[in-house]
Amino acid sequence: MARWGMVIDLDRCTGCAACEVACKSENNIAPVSAGEADMGRATSWMKVMAQVEGEFPDTTMHFYPRPCMHCDNPPCIRVCPVQATYINDEGVVGQIYSRCIGCRYCANACPYMVKYFNWYGPEWAQSERNHLNPDVSVRPAGVIEKCTFCHHRLQKAREDARAEERELREEDYQPACADICPTGAIVFGDLDDPSHRVYSLKEDPRALRIMEDLGTQPKVYYLRPRE
Amino acid sequence: MRQSVKEKLARMSTDEQILLRPLVETSRGFYVVTALLAAITLWGMIAYYLQVTYGLGRTGLNRPEYWGIYIICFVFFIGISHAGTLISAILRVSKAEWRRSITRSAELITVLVIGFGAIQPIIDLGRPDRVLNVLLHAQLRSPLLWDVTSIGLYFISCTIYLYIPMLPDLAIIRDSGIKSPRLYRFLAAGYRDTPAQRARLERVIGVLSIIVIPIAVSVHTVIGWIFAMTLRPMWHSTIFGPYFVMGAIYSGIAAILVAMVVLRRAFGLQQYFKDIHFDYLGRLLLLFSLLWFYFTFAEYLTAFYGGEPGEMRAFWSKLTGPFAIPFWTMVLGCFIIPLSLMSRRSMRTPRGTLIAGIAVMIGMWLERFNIVVPTSVNPRWEIESIGRYLPSWVELSIMAATFSGFILLYMLATKFIPIVSIWEIKEGREHSVREVADRVAEYLPENA
Repeated sequence: MARWGMVIDLDRCTGCAACEVACKSENNIAPVSAGEADMGRATSWMKVMAQVEGEFPDTTMHFYPRPCMHCDNPPCIRVCPVQATYINDEGVVGQIYSRCIGCRYCANACPYMVKYFNWYGPEWAQSERNHLNPDVSVRPAGVIEKCTFCHHRLQKAREDARAEERELREEDYQPACADICPTGAIVFGDLDDPSHRVYSLKEDPRALRIMEDLGTQPKVYYLRPRE
Repeated sequence: MRQSVKEKLARMSTDEQILLRPLVETSRGFYVVTALLAAITLWGMIAYYLQVTYGLGRTGLNRPEYWGIYIICFVFFIGISHAGTLISAILRVSKAEWRRSITRSAELITVLVIGFGAIQPIIDLGRPDRVLNVLLHAQLRSPLLWDVTSIGLYFISCTIYLYIPMLPDLAIIRDSGIKSPRLYRFLAAGYRDTPAQRARLERVIGVLSIIVIPIAVSVHTVIGWIFAMTLRPMWHSTIFGPYFVMGAIYSGIAAILVAMVVLRRAFGLQQYFKDIHFDYLGRLLLLFSLLWFYFTFAEYLTAFYGGEPGEMRAFWSKLTGPFAIPFWTMVLGCFIIPLSLMSRRSMRTPRGTLIAGIAVMIGMWLERFNIVVPTSVNPRWEIESIGRYLPSWVELSIMAATFSGFILLYMLATKFIPIVSIWEIKEGREHSVREVADRVAEYLPENA
């Protein structure tokens, strides 16, 4: 059984935010007005976070692309009263939009703040409506949504591989963010499969996971920038 | 009041005359207040309608401030509910004779306030239409589900605990004929106050008052656990269960005191809510103000001493940061005012306890605010956020409607049931005085 995960090389990340845009477009994430965004109601399953170090003018800036960590021990699924959030056999943490009651307990329980709430129904400009991704369901008002590791792409890749009567290859299934990353900073694959790049990258001496000490066992690894 | 009713009332005992008068006589002021409260409640319902049709975007909530006014009110109201049941049950079990005139009004607060508290998380839901998923897809590891179970059980047991000790009074009203006989024949459920029935009644009350105590304790423990079970700074604390139970009882005592002062004034019950009652409840309030300080101090010292960066952000945001005003107002309301007033005998009067009671209620509401909001806006992982929470008019209207709805139903209830238990007062006069004398004699050595 695959155990999907991600390794992000912070040395390679330029902070271009292409992953953020690709994710929004792939997953039908509705835009919000500037005022709502200022209130903290914008949704970004993948978010490039910037961290400034040092005192002006001697500052350096680091970027952290932050998807859902797809924890092996996710604090969000324990607290959900209706089993709307779950972890599947391959370690992907998902959300059942049609069951979620919108209590936002999981959003509070997640230390990585990756669960997003739909404060109202999604709205798109008329010109954008024809470009929505038919493979991803649109979320109604009042439910939680989150990064799925573009799980719909896996289903498609599996079907293709089966039709061609071959094994699933690493390049067959890549989430939109990893697919688009121009510097190859985001590497995605099966953490337990030695033929996948993430298998050895996660053992790199620079590898770390965010808030590992909480015992959440995230499946997203970061390669610390070299000094 | 109709002439026939007046005659019927005149034939009854003094206790009955005073305590049943509010059921048949309604002042103009009562109608004015009722209309005002009904208007506020209606306004809140309109606000809720807007929230349901548009979404929770109508509130001031945001990321990371996921929980706000509704959850604060949920904790606050369920806290108030510990007024009645717990206090009346403890006083019954411990045979505190001074309880007789205050149990009914306290138990009524409990039952109504649980209802208004329990709807708060539903108002807070993004999809209230799916609330039954909580039963259909119950996930037993979620503290929210423990809460649903515990509050459900609490509501049922408190309603029974309010109703059963009311039976003899309902029978008195039925037999007096001052109110609709059909309604009270139904409510009194064939109670005739025969010695056998009375004995059974007292046995049931005895059992109930023991059962409701652990249920009441479990309710606020579990509410504390909702927060404590997450890994968030200043929520993830083992003390939260007992801390919440203590706070709940504290705010409950304050609520009883305020209700008693109002009832005493409105219905002329000076003979039933006497100075001694305010003195005793004032002492209880004093004890809890000290307990409150002890728990709060223990909680904050532990967080401070550990000095974890995540905890410290939430900690300092309360003590000196943007939440300093609600924090220190809470200390004033929950500790300084009640302590300085209630430690003086001369202040344990209706007026003094009213001031202290209101201060404690405001302080306890702010305590829940200071638990929910500062931690919400200071998540362990710092993210870009506005770092504050301004409730919208929709949230404030719904909160106002919750308060007014509760007071409204409480007022209406006083038109259907005597707010002081008639039979328990009567029993006190006829039996307990002798019983207590015998009991005290029993404590003493017999070789006089």
